[in-house]
Amino acid sequence: MSIQKRKSKIGFYIILPSLILIGIFVYYFIFWTVRTSFSDWNSFSKLLRGVYNFVGFRNYQRIFMDQRFQTDLWNTLFFTIFFILGSIGLGLFLANIIDKGLKGSRFFQSLFLFPMAIAFVVTGTVWSWIFAPGNIPKDPQGINLLLKNLGLEKLQWLWYTSSESIGHFNLALIPVIIAAIWQMSGYIMAMYLAGLKAIPTEILEAAKVDGANERYIFWKIKMPLLKPITLSTMIVLGHVSLKIFDLIYAMTGSGPNNVTDVPAIYMFELTFRSNRYALGSSISVIMLLMVAVIIIPYLYSSLRKGVST
Amino acid sequence: MTKTKIITSYIILIIISLFFITPFYVTLVTSFKPLNEISIATMWNFPKHFSLEGFIGAFKKLAPNMKNSFYLTIPATIISAILGSINGFALSKLKFKFSNLIFALILFGMFIPYQSVLFPLIQFFQKIGLYGTIPALIIIHVIYGIPITTLMFKNYYEEVPDELIEAASMDGANLYDIYTKVLLPISIPGFVVVAIWQFTNIWNEFLFAVTVTNNPAKQPITVALVNLAGSQVVEWNIQMAGALIAALPTLIVYIVLGKYFIRGLLAGSVKG
Repeated sequence: MSIQKRKSKIGFYIILPSLILIGIFVYYFIFWTVRTSFSDWNSFSKLLRGVYNFVGFRNYQRIFMDQRFQTDLWNTLFFTIFFILGSIGLGLFLANIIDKGLKGSRFFQSLFLFPMAIAFVVTGTVWSWIFAPGNIPKDPQGINLLLKNLGLEKLQWLWYTSSESIGHFNLALIPVIIAAIWQMSGYIMAMYLAGLKAIPTEILEAAKVDGANERYIFWKIKMPLLKPITLSTMIVLGHVSLKIFDLIYAMTGSGPNNVTDVPAIYMFELTFRSNRYALGSSISVIMLLMVAVIIIPYLYSSLRKGVST
Repeated sequence: MTKTKIITSYIILIIISLFFITPFYVTLVTSFKPLNEISIATMWNFPKHFSLEGFIGAFKKLAPNMKNSFYLTIPATIISAILGSINGFALSKLKFKFSNLIFALILFGMFIPYQSVLFPLIQFFQKIGLYGTIPALIIIHVIYGIPITTLMFKNYYEEVPDELIEAASMDGANLYDIYTKVLLPISIPGFVVVAIWQFTNIWNEFLFAVTVTNNPAKQPITVALVNLAGSQVVEWNIQMAGALIAALPTLIVYIVLGKYFIRGLLAGSVKG
């Protein structure tokens, strides 16, 4: 089969330019960032001089001892947990209602999905205004004003400017988590809807004939079948949350005492505001490792499946 | 379903809809208020007098950046869609040794935090003299768009039966003919999905935009909007109108071509 051989040779040559570009712009640049993170390029003049001094893990030691970065890691952890739980919870709930096929569910589906079309910086700007506390209790703004108008002054709160925390969980993250759930849960709904549509109706009919109630059908039949989708949603949301930058940058910034700070914001400030390139790079590498831990097994398993089918 | 169940479903849907509409509502009512009606105490109220002051003010400030965004988004979308289509063709119909490994290596590029390439990327553009320009951003979005566009087209072309390609080969068509005469004509829905996806993402992108363009005249609209909001002006009508203007192009695409947008979203989550 020389035609087949020629075909596959051409296939490789078609891919080659893209592969080279990805090789340089992804892999080589990652290597360069790692290399920078092991250097002493923590000022503009040192970078300009361009002498590479290998300092080992010194930048990593410094960044892990850094209180702000420790706060960032805790913030990322709690943000990730509540963002994933909230988005999956709301998304799954919405998918189930929409899946009933009520009149007008198309409209609701489009409504819940529209935040996905809008930039995080746009929604961040708007949510920042909505959750701005104003001078409570007298001169409230946004949500607090709404609460006052409803006679619920007691619920007024400092929102993203609050410095309260439960353990390591900074409560100021709550408005940010709400905004992120608002943005992403429609996406999760769409993924679950596609999954629900793929469940053969015979299975559900058979269960009904056997006298299973709705709760049983949901938990014992639908949920197990939706497992692969739940995994996908967790991967999608997880890697979004580990990288989150735009939303926080536009909505709150790092906040008082870094209550809403995340690694991406700190990396940005170190690298682009205070010229501490090596320290900034060490944060980038840590972020990459966190993402790689969840993405590589996922890619590996889903591509293997792709081969066998 | 019983009637009460249907009614409760609707009530729940409406309550959740309120949550989804709230930011949109505030943005809309604020942006149509004249400046003298802008007060924190009435932020939830409807404007007493409709005014285009906010939109005119925002448009004056953001128009150049909006133009930048179009100059950036349109070419980047077109180039990356074409590139994705060619790659997808090669990976789905011209299987070669290690093609799965190569695909995985490419695909990984769409998950990385771009922070991990940002510093060398900027040094690179400074070295070649493109730092701070729209072409730099176009190059960035084309290259980092390769994984997702390749993935989408690969999945799309895998649905095309191999027999179709073989039949064309038998008739003496070469690969170029097969791609242009057999695959491309049936690729239009694929192109729509990929183009919408890329357009939305590139238009909305912020991290590259804010780090690669430092000159306000060259910045895309997302960066200009954040600067506008960060400037502490109390002209909230201008800020909210600005947010609306920045969101409008992708919102229009979503409203007109929502079906394809959803397909793109689902394709973006890797084939499970």
